[in-house]
Amino acid sequence: MKPAAFEYVRPDNLQGALAALRDHPDGKVLAGGQSLIPLMNFRLSRPQALVDISHLTELTGISVVDGAVEVGALVRHQQLHEHEEVRRLLPVLSEAAGEVGHWAIRNRGTLGGSLTHADPAAELPAAAVALRATVVLANADGQREVPAESFFLGFLTTDIQPDEILVAVRFPVPPADVRYGFAEFARRPGDFALAGAFVEMGGDASGSITWFGVSGGPERRELDFPDDAQARKAAFAELAAEFDTGEDAVYRRKLAVTVAEQAYQKAREGRR
Amino acid sequence: METTKAREVVQITLQVNGEAHTVEVEPRMLLADVIRHKLGLTGTHVGCEQGVCGACTVLVDGEPQRSCLMFAVQAQGHDITTIEGVTPESGLSPLQAAFQKHHGLQCGFCTPAMILTSEALLRKHPNPDEAQVREALSGNLCRCTGYQFIVDSVLDAAAQASKKEGQ
Repeated sequence: MKPAAFEYVRPDNLQGALAALRDHPDGKVLAGGQSLIPLMNFRLSRPQALVDISHLTELTGISVVDGAVEVGALVRHQQLHEHEEVRRLLPVLSEAAGEVGHWAIRNRGTLGGSLTHADPAAELPAAAVALRATVVLANADGQREVPAESFFLGFLTTDIQPDEILVAVRFPVPPADVRYGFAEFARRPGDFALAGAFVEMGGDASGSITWFGVSGGPERRELDFPDDAQARKAAFAELAAEFDTGEDAVYRRKLAVTVAEQAYQKAREGRR
Repeated sequence: METTKAREVVQITLQVNGEAHTVEVEPRMLLADVIRHKLGLTGTHVGCEQGVCGACTVLVDGEPQRSCLMFAVQAQGHDITTIEGVTPESGLSPLQAAFQKHHGLQCGFCTPAMILTSEALLRKHPNPDEAQVREALSGNLCRCTGYQFIVDSVLDAAAQASKKEGQ
């Protein structure tokens, strides 16, 4: 099928985009379009207007400011994956970005798009939660900041308001003794994960797991990681039992335990 | 700020295979459809229209992207390369020749996008290993070959190119 007709707005800058969005309450923001355009092609989404921000270079920067890596909303997944500073300071974010979709999708899909679309099986919303990122939202009146953990409200649902655009995501650089691991399981490379996990480990045995693909959105849980493999598995299974997995509950919970263990092992190997 | 009303037609200029083409399109027209129907470049194939099959992949500023997941109006100001743009006036490109030699195609539906994605890969990594080839092409579905001969083709094209370089 083909998309239904829509009014197309191409602003010259972010201020223009925010003004246009306020003037079009039924409008949607078009960035990379890698989730929105498939929905429109099948007419599952029929926005009255599209405000195209994909060409706004002011949202494409990556900079390190005050101990945090600030990533512009229009940074493509492949750029995030390959960026040297991101690799050095947040290797787990670089690794996760490289697992989003396929190469051609990563060349166009954006960080802001992935976070606002909030697919429960997507890597980057979970990465934002795991890395305690802050989401920067703007409307025509100004900006506000929301911790990633409270930004995601459930299946395809976030705290963003109809007149807002996600403009940047700020990832604090973790302390030197904190390590991260990432693992996911998908039937084929590039498919959405059936389950995935980020493990964060402090200098002691304390830390957290952020799962994705196992319920309506990223699931972050704090715990002390038992040294004993059996005890660890039991601890992961106890946490996974809480998830509202929908279908295939037994299988999804088993996968949740498996990916958590894989991510834990990677974190132990010392990635950040 | 430019605004185009629903169903209104707008004139755009696309840079495709090094040539400027001025066409009239509705904003809702996908780049893939404009390439095929307005420019007559039918080597770009449309399969799933949801970004999964990869058949519509073209190069945008040298990088593989899905032409079914992009509106033509968004392609203004970018260099688009389709399979016609990497095919010599006569004969075959080295990658095309390698696909022929290794039986890297049967029905040919996925082939233009396989070639374009491989072109971009070899520009980025002139000597890829098998895993890199498989990763790069993992977003392009082929239902005929089982992929092995496609991987063989790309690896051979890379080997031939580096042999030439060495001479």
